[in-house]
Amino acid sequence: MQELLAQLAIFVLAAFLGWELISRVPNLLHTPLMSATNAIHGVILVGGMITLAASTNPIIQAVGFVAVFFGALNVVGGFWVTNRMLGMFGPPLKKVKKRRKG
Amino acid sequence: MQVATFLAYLAAAALFIVGIRRLRRPETARSGNTLAAFGMTIALVATLFVIEFRSLLLIGIAALLGAVIGAFSAQRVKMTAMPQMVAAYNGVGGGAAALIALSEFYHMETGGHESVVATITVPLTILIGSVSFAGSAVAFAKLQEIAFSGSVSFPLQQVVNALLFLGILVLAANAILDGAILPFLSPVASVVAILASSLVLGVLLVIPIGGADMPIVISLLNAFTGLAAAASGFVLENYILIIGGTIVGASGTILTRLMSSALGRPLGKIIFAGIAAAGSSKEELEERPVHDAGAEEVGEYLADEAEKVVIVPGYGLAVAQAQGAMHELMEALESQGKEVLFGIHPVAGRMPGHMNVLLTEAGIPYGKLYDLEDINPEFEDTDAAIVVGANDVVNPAASDPEQDTPISGMPILEVEKANRVIFIKRSLSPGFAGVDNPLFYDQDKTMMLFSDAKQGLQDVVSALRSS
Repeated sequence: MQELLAQLAIFVLAAFLGWELISRVPNLLHTPLMSATNAIHGVILVGGMITLAASTNPIIQAVGFVAVFFGALNVVGGFWVTNRMLGMFGPPLKKVKKRRKG
Repeated sequence: MQVATFLAYLAAAALFIVGIRRLRRPETARSGNTLAAFGMTIALVATLFVIEFRSLLLIGIAALLGAVIGAFSAQRVKMTAMPQMVAAYNGVGGGAAALIALSEFYHMETGGHESVVATITVPLTILIGSVSFAGSAVAFAKLQEIAFSGSVSFPLQQVVNALLFLGILVLAANAILDGAILPFLSPVASVVAILASSLVLGVLLVIPIGGADMPIVISLLNAFTGLAAAASGFVLENYILIIGGTIVGASGTILTRLMSSALGRPLGKIIFAGIAAAGSSKEELEERPVHDAGAEEVGEYLADEAEKVVIVPGYGLAVAQAQGAMHELMEALESQGKEVLFGIHPVAGRMPGHMNVLLTEAGIPYGKLYDLEDINPEFEDTDAAIVVGANDVVNPAASDPEQDTPISGMPILEVEKANRVIFIKRSLSPGFAGVDNPLFYDQDKTMMLFSDAKQGLQDVVSALRSS
């Protein structure tokens, strides 16, 4: 019971945190933010590893195998593609920064 | 759970939060993504210490396969195909959550270890995860133009969806109550049935939505997958899944609202109306007279009568690679002592922010690029609004309550308030949304310069310099 209440508290607080984290974001960053948070929910891979490790039945092992495969695809693809996207934004923005200072 | 793993999970959660914070500003965005990826690595390595080693080979093979395909596809995808790629990564995340819940339910049923919370959250995880998987697959197919193009609908669609949802609730109750409602269906079988019906529900929810609204749908499904991950955290009693999933679920919801308001699309309208496919019926447009102006006339007007000029670039500018010519026009106007501003619509590029990058790259100072809300009050005292390769984003028909068009409700750049409007455009053809623009035919206000964006800009610049 104690455990469950702690989890519930974390859930509620994390929800408020997520809500507050995204406030006035420039349009420029909507797509990268979506893509980066998409990569973060790839943390589901942790769950895939745990459930596959606990499986002995071959069918359930296959289910877990696909879950781990999907999770890894989500994590690596998600972060990689976000990095590429932001790299495209990178150089001109740095130039702007210099120009503003100078 | 080991203390070290727990602490590592906390560190990972902190890095996710700092990463998202840094992603809110252009200067720090890339490092934010790197930090979040670093946090993910910590969480994954820490997990290795709490699972049985005999399974490492199987996990390694599956993860390696996923990682290689993920990296390869992310590296190869074209920037224009970005939205569907994100949809694909999002969908597999949802699918993973559903499969994990299924596998855990089997463990609970056979292992005898049952907690009430877990039995309730398993059906929930499967429902949300499967809807996200199937919905993302449909979104991918639509954007990639493989299937379901436009809006696919059939009679009583909402009723079918509601019945399907009701059926899922009954199956979930049956699974939770150990087969008390449907004695012929074992709990495990009911859970598998939930997965199958939720997949169908995911397809039915997304097929009626048109392609133009897909970025918003993907953002919403992204929040769904976050919630599915959080729910699976309750099943597995795992803190990092609860924290990471919930943060994405909540921030994804806000982000979806931001995007839909930036594009002027109320979320309810997108989900429940199923907006008709854009430009599906191309009627013959009647020939109407326009003021067909040459580059000399435009240049003369700009030189003699315009003091304040607002330039509105559209996707046509990027297609014609005319950013450099636009920079020249800006310099030519400024050398004559005129004020030049740029109005950037959220959908001017392929994705929000794309156009800003293209223009700053061509040397146009960041400070001259104005967002929609900031530029609209400026048009009142603007002498000339120059629209290059854009139509929908300046079409007053969008804000006309009398007309029901695919772009109705979308906020526009109010160029019609300027003294004169100059369109540099190849032809009179309506844009992407297929809606005719009444501004074209206002011969007192509008000059149409029929030309390729790059050539047209260069001609105006030379006319301006010689006058």
